[in-house]
Amino acid sequence: MADTVADRPAPPAIEYPNALPRPDGELEQLRAAWTLPRGFRILTAVNNTVIGYFYIGTAFLFFLLAGILALLIRAQLAVPGNTFLAPETYNQIFTMHGTVMMFLFAVPAVEAMGILLLPQMLGARDLPFPRLGAFAFWAYFVGGLVFFGTLFFDLAPTGGWFMYPPLTGARYSPGVGADFWLLGIGFIEISAIAGAIEIIIGVLRTRAPGMSFDKIPMFAWAMLVFALMIVFAFPAIILATIMLELERAFGWPFFVPEKGGDALLWQHLFWFFGHPEVYIIFLPAAGMVSMIVPTMARTPLVAYPLVVTALVATGFFSFGLWVHHMFTTGIPQLSLAFFSAASMAVAVPSGIQVFAWIATIAAGRLRLTAASLFVLGFLLIFTLGGLTGVMVAMVPFDFQVHDTYFVVAHFHYVLVGGMVFPLFAAFYYWAPAFSRRPLSERLGKSAFWLMFTGFNVAFLPMHVTGLMGMPRRVYTYPAGMGWDNVNLISTIGAFMLACGVAVVLFDLFKNLRPTMTDQAGNIWNAGTLEWLPNETFGARSVPHVISREPLWDQPGLPDDVKGGRYYLAGAPTGRREALVTSPMDAVPQLVLRVPGPGWPPFLAAIFTAAFFLLLTVKLVTPAAACGLAAVVLIFAWMWSNDAASIGDVEIGGGIRLPTYVSGWPSPALWAVAVLLMVAGSLYLSFVFSYLYLWIVSPHLWPKSPGPFLPHTGQGLIAAGLLAASSAGMLVGRRLLSRGRMLPLLAVLGGSTVLLCCSLAVDLAAHWASGLRPHADAYAAAVFLAIFLQAQLVLSLVAMVVFVAARLLTHKLDHVRRNGFDCLSLTWHYTTGQGLLGMLLIHGFPRLVG
Amino acid sequence: MSVRSLRSWLPAAAFLAALFLGGCDNRQTALLAHGPEADQIAALAWLLFVVCAFILTLVIAALWLAMRGSPRARAHLAAERTVIGAGIILPVVTLTGLLGYSTWMQARARAPAADSERIEVVGEQWWWRILYTDREGRQFSSANEIRIPAGRSIDFTLRSADVIHSFWIPSLAGKLDMIPGRATRQRLAAHAPGVFRGQCAEYCGGPHALMAVQVVAMPETEFTAWREREAAPAREPATEAEHRGQRLFLSAGCGGCHAIRGTEATGSIGPDLTHLGARHSLAAGTLTMSAENLTTFISDGQRAKPGNLMPPFRIFARQELDDIATYLLSLR
Repeated sequence: MADTVADRPAPPAIEYPNALPRPDGELEQLRAAWTLPRGFRILTAVNNTVIGYFYIGTAFLFFLLAGILALLIRAQLAVPGNTFLAPETYNQIFTMHGTVMMFLFAVPAVEAMGILLLPQMLGARDLPFPRLGAFAFWAYFVGGLVFFGTLFFDLAPTGGWFMYPPLTGARYSPGVGADFWLLGIGFIEISAIAGAIEIIIGVLRTRAPGMSFDKIPMFAWAMLVFALMIVFAFPAIILATIMLELERAFGWPFFVPEKGGDALLWQHLFWFFGHPEVYIIFLPAAGMVSMIVPTMARTPLVAYPLVVTALVATGFFSFGLWVHHMFTTGIPQLSLAFFSAASMAVAVPSGIQVFAWIATIAAGRLRLTAASLFVLGFLLIFTLGGLTGVMVAMVPFDFQVHDTYFVVAHFHYVLVGGMVFPLFAAFYYWAPAFSRRPLSERLGKSAFWLMFTGFNVAFLPMHVTGLMGMPRRVYTYPAGMGWDNVNLISTIGAFMLACGVAVVLFDLFKNLRPTMTDQAGNIWNAGTLEWLPNETFGARSVPHVISREPLWDQPGLPDDVKGGRYYLAGAPTGRREALVTSPMDAVPQLVLRVPGPGWPPFLAAIFTAAFFLLLTVKLVTPAAACGLAAVVLIFAWMWSNDAASIGDVEIGGGIRLPTYVSGWPSPALWAVAVLLMVAGSLYLSFVFSYLYLWIVSPHLWPKSPGPFLPHTGQGLIAAGLLAASSAGMLVGRRLLSRGRMLPLLAVLGGSTVLLCCSLAVDLAAHWASGLRPHADAYAAAVFLAIFLQAQLVLSLVAMVVFVAARLLTHKLDHVRRNGFDCLSLTWHYTTGQGLLGMLLIHGFPRLVG
Repeated sequence: MSVRSLRSWLPAAAFLAALFLGGCDNRQTALLAHGPEADQIAALAWLLFVVCAFILTLVIAALWLAMRGSPRARAHLAAERTVIGAGIILPVVTLTGLLGYSTWMQARARAPAADSERIEVVGEQWWWRILYTDREGRQFSSANEIRIPAGRSIDFTLRSADVIHSFWIPSLAGKLDMIPGRATRQRLAAHAPGVFRGQCAEYCGGPHALMAVQVVAMPETEFTAWREREAAPAREPATEAEHRGQRLFLSAGCGGCHAIRGTEATGSIGPDLTHLGARHSLAAGTLTMSAENLTTFISDGQRAKPGNLMPPFRIFARQELDDIATYLLSLR
């Protein structure tokens, strides 16, 4: 177990794929393909390193801004009866603090670390969809800044970061603040999903040859689980924001009890997202720690398989305990017991990881660097946060401390301890891989002690404050409650913590010099691939990996890689390329040509953001114009995708790989499949909401036969049309394989008509039955099903236009067919979702009526 | 990592600090329980503190050994079985035990008593409507102050008139949400007479911070007498000032929102003021009950409690305000 780097067995003799010396001009050609745009054109850059820098910088900016809000909160609460902030201002500030920290800092920050680190760590040139990453970043950047800006115009939301209706409904929050939250955050979540798709395909398909499942770096494992959790958790909150916005804007009463809605439905949907969210933030941080500890202890991670299992188990468990945020809502005893047990079970995977890190430290010798200190601080803070988590999972105890400062203390221990400390450790650890100079150890250690002490001074007393009866989210408190001293201490601690962050900020200004060529390099003697000599394109050649710590086990690897002895030493197609490998065993499959700089992702993101923001302030026409512009730009960007094959190319070692594949080997189809999982998850959240509303208000469900329920025949016609459209696509597939383009176009058109007719028939049938969406919660749910289906139908129509244009311009044929396959997959999904929806909407009332 | 900073971690120390600080004021704290429900939770809290302090100490000790221990200790710690033992078996055993205890504790929660007192509390932005039922089964209304007989279980029915609120008297019991369109039920009791403060625990917008409630536990006989008085209509004005105050109250339209039983003021939007003078505080615990605070609240309530739904009445002269205050204070 205790094998350190020194006493490992001698490496096997290596057969290099490429011989030296490399041909003249090969490296120059590679560099030319990956040249970064200069000056203001850097906005057009899509390379993961550049986008990663921007992304992490922006996330850190939001951390500082939300941190300043926290200081304002602490200043207000320093003494009882303070008048420093007006009540409404305070309510805006605490709402924004939570929202910005969760949505604009925590998730983007870890996603940014993934985009920055993963390709290098996996030995890839770039992520598979660089423009998607760029789009996700710019959408977040613009949307986030405008959202934060609402504070300066007194337009910020005041409903708290979990936005419980009816307080956030149109009646009790008439201003646009809540709309900014719903549309702004909903939109930023979409950007997070885009990033997640990128990360999933990146980890599964762009690993260095030989990096099989049992050799994946722990951070990549964590990011894979993280991204999958986003795919399944975020749709719930997206659906909830759609519902609340429909209620606010058009009066569809999902959450209004007088019309059969229920305020608790929001809470279920919100926390079905919100609890996994906590682990979505924590898992990548745990992944970072699992990278830092082995390096600093100079020994491999102990119990690697157990830690991977723990990551996956956390992902699963975290979806089963959302109700523990709702213990005080008066739900039945049995549910309480179940969710209490589930909440405790999730502590086990965390226990595994904590003891795996301790075991690793014991196996090696921990160097006490700044990064190590932040990791040790994380271990202590997070453990205490986990233990108070076990406490609040105990239902009776939660009855007392729920919504008090005890819970505020608990989740700051978990989130700051579990995410911020590891992130700062990561800054100190990985800076040399990206900067000309490492960060200062001396400043880092001072910063750590300030942050660690400040954090505990601020938050440890809050446990007591809460037990002494102080609720959270109060802008003031009376003197004489015994809360004065503890609050003052917390305020002092908060400012001390801020001083620590300021020291880090100073260090970053002083020492961080981002560079693409002359990094400080592997000063920690780490074992993973991101420490290879890197340029914009990652490593010069893509290594063949034989262990979890290639740099420890393959001496000379950095020089060999830099010299071009491994795969893809140049740019054989003359363009940017990435090596696509098989998902399990990482066997090379494809040389994927990845796109370079261009305006469309940047502009499309700006216009998409503008669409949502203009919609928020009800400027419908400009919003529509921006939406259209965004679609056109996305078309422009998609147009250059799916380039034709230029034959097989040699990547070294006698391996020749295709430059074009279709069907399941293609990463594009994988991305669409993941996107459809998002759609499916969204729809299942809808099905849950529909059935939930039925449980709350069964009297609203129409009797069969009777008014408000379309005739069975009408439902069957709509279903038949939908099925026929999918059958059309199957015919189209055969026509494409036989190269019969004109009949294919006709079939595409026909299928589209059938698809739209199906939607129209269903809508008309419900309308004709007298059902109106604002009437009651049942009606709203029915029209929501149609709304969700219409979204997909609209996307399909746009895709059909695109595919038809590709067919007519001969950019799509029986070989070059990824566009058609993606359309076809989406189509069949739409049919499946539509049929399930019709079965539910037409069948369920008949079943229970 | 210095020993001192490690020690500051122990939650046990935090708890001692809590007891020390908690001694300053015991009106709204979960640490000093005054009723059976709060007692149970406090007992559970102690158990949790001890168990969690033990586990935290274990983790710190393991970490210390991993960094500074003898080679033999470190070799033991570095084994995969340590991860399995301390990371899986230990938490599973501890958590199962805790869960079993908590479930048993909840199941043991007392069955409804036949003679329990029933009180309905409605959370409103930003005050509490209290509905009592008298011996004849008639309901009458009060606000912001709940009187209960000490030593007897009270069954609360909790509702909301607008947004979600949460009813919480820390020294008597845990909290329970008040959700529009639903009724939740909370049982609590006070061991002995006393005054216990609580406040809304679910953020309800605006002056959520200023939505407090008091529970006054009284000896049984006093409670019965109090309930008789509280159910009765308001006392007639006696002095000239009280008469003037009543006339001003009625003529200014205060009765559109407030009721004073026995007068033509029958509004139900705001708190019932029939026995306002007998309450300890004003505006849901924002101000203590006094003539001066009453005049302040009537003429400039937005300053005392920003965002509250009562418009400021600046139409009154100083003397008129005093008369109204005198009248309202006489409603005991």
